[in-house]
Amino acid sequence: MSNGSSNNNNNTARFDAARRVAIFGGTHGNEMSGVTLVNLWMQNSAEIQRKGLEIKPFLTNPKAVEKCVRYVDTDLNRAFTQENLSATGGDELPYEVQRAQEINRMFGPKGSAEAYDVIFDLHNTTSNMGCTLILESSKDAFNLQMMNYIKKAFAPASCLVLLNEHPLLKYSTSRSVAKHPVGMEVGPQPQGVLRSNIFEAMRVILKHALDFISLFNEGMEFPPCTVEVFRVLERMDYPRDANGNIIAMVHPNLQDCDWEPLNPGDPMFQTFDGKSIHYQGSSTVYPTFINEAAYYEKQQAFVTTRRETLAASAIRKA
Amino acid sequence: MVDRAENSQMQRTFVPPIYNVTICGGTHGNELTGVYIVREMQKQKMEKAGSVSVTTVETNPRAVAAGRRYTEMDLNRCFTDVLLSSPITESTPYEVKRAQELNAQLGPKGSAKAVDLLIDLHNTTSNMGLCFIFYSIDWITLHIYKYIENNLNSVPVRAIQLDIPSSEAYSLESVGKHGFAIEVGPQPSGVLRADIFNVVKEALDLTLQWLQKFSSGHSFEGGTVDAYTFVKSVDYPRDSAGKATAIIHQDLQDNDFKLLRSGDPIFQTFSGDILKYEGEDLYPFFVNECAYYEKKIAFHLAQKKTYSFPHISVKND
Repeated sequence: MSNGSSNNNNNTARFDAARRVAIFGGTHGNEMSGVTLVNLWMQNSAEIQRKGLEIKPFLTNPKAVEKCVRYVDTDLNRAFTQENLSATGGDELPYEVQRAQEINRMFGPKGSAEAYDVIFDLHNTTSNMGCTLILESSKDAFNLQMMNYIKKAFAPASCLVLLNEHPLLKYSTSRSVAKHPVGMEVGPQPQGVLRSNIFEAMRVILKHALDFISLFNEGMEFPPCTVEVFRVLERMDYPRDANGNIIAMVHPNLQDCDWEPLNPGDPMFQTFDGKSIHYQGSSTVYPTFINEAAYYEKQQAFVTTRRETLAASAIRKA
Repeated sequence: MVDRAENSQMQRTFVPPIYNVTICGGTHGNELTGVYIVREMQKQKMEKAGSVSVTTVETNPRAVAAGRRYTEMDLNRCFTDVLLSSPITESTPYEVKRAQELNAQLGPKGSAKAVDLLIDLHNTTSNMGLCFIFYSIDWITLHIYKYIENNLNSVPVRAIQLDIPSSEAYSLESVGKHGFAIEVGPQPSGVLRADIFNVVKEALDLTLQWLQKFSSGHSFEGGTVDAYTFVKSVDYPRDSAGKATAIIHQDLQDNDFKLLRSGDPIFQTFSGDILKYEGEDLYPFFVNECAYYEKKIAFHLAQKKTYSFPHISVKND
């Protein structure tokens, strides 16, 4: 599929029909909504079938799923770097690097014309993020239109868009082998737990996503639109001592307040002996991924974002 | 001590002193409140509460370092008499060895040398608020529970009793002469919530306060406690391959301790059917506790029983 013949709002961007779509679950083996949905659909795919569309549900990290851990050797969702994808070493390579190469063969190669059109990567978070779509490029009109469609179809329930285009904080995800990678992050849900409300929400947003692709493939034109996104700015770590141990926790006023404004001077962390540490930034930010379990080891208590409105040109099948 | 006429019907009991208390965290390595409470108490050198000496122990440091519940076997199932006396070989799981070490350090279980009071800190993914979990109906435990119930207002406080004889009691707190677990949720494994940390810290401060008052001769009024007594557990419905075919129904999810009656929905299958509870009215708890999937438990069920306990004060030799 081409990148679209024009990014000009006045012109309609043409994309080839999206014929090959994958749904990834278990990229983190203890994020249960995706694991469960993909297992269900591998047994019976009736619910996800759409005419003229090949939709492949796929468990990306089966060893991690079996052990119900995030990863075995290394985080699969950080493993799709060019260096890893071209590494030699076969069985000697960390398990997830081998998996990344396998996934790149099956669904990529990343960056090539043969790559899958769309990959949905299903994730859960312990953060109170609700339903979040993760966008990797502000210039992907197809993805922007899809996310606009999903948000409107899901309303009045909320589905927000997180844009991670930050040159340093952006990472090489499993979905990045596709031409149009879409992250779906639903929380809060503890690792290893399956909650029915979270499960159903993910099922529904995925249904809307597949409906969009179907409509697009049938020739529907989607007029120009704007999409509100939250753009990743900065990673904020816990305060730590000289040995790297955390010395404070996310403050009760910030805990569970994903997407709400954090103003300069607002409480941000609370030390174990009860003192507050305040946000020292110069302007209001919108924090998210607040207190995600998996990020303690990645030195992240939360990320800050700013609100932006992105414009997407009209799109239509070529 | 004044003999109050209106309480003269209640027996007054004199109880041996509590000289020491041991607070344990990290028995499950991914239940973080206990880990950080213990570390903070060690940093603050919390070694005495009045005349009561205070010890803190991180009980499963390997599991804590790995961010896992356990490395080879659930440590909090290793304290039965059988496991505590089993011979150690090369194939003995780490946690069995660790349990025997802890028993030597804090016990031996059932002996006069055991610590007077052992409190083990836990978290659950279930919406259980703060729970005291104990085996036997013990006046010290019930009084401390009552004191916390009366003074802690930020979360619901409840008591859970497991009717298991001491020899078969499998968890760490059974090692102390008196012991109970403080279980607080909901908190995801691997997450440290400040609100939960603050509640547990408050509960421990109240416990130490009570112990100091008790040790200094204060008399505590008797009363009653409504405790949830474990009856049975319910597993997920499974297919012939042993895979769960349903999720906890949204009406039951997060409704720990809300009375369950016949006809109430408990599971929702992946194909959308609702499965209903059939049986006597009971109280569910540990609803959708992450660690219990592998133990084949979707939730536990309990009866509520009222226990009375007497006035107590410390027995002076």
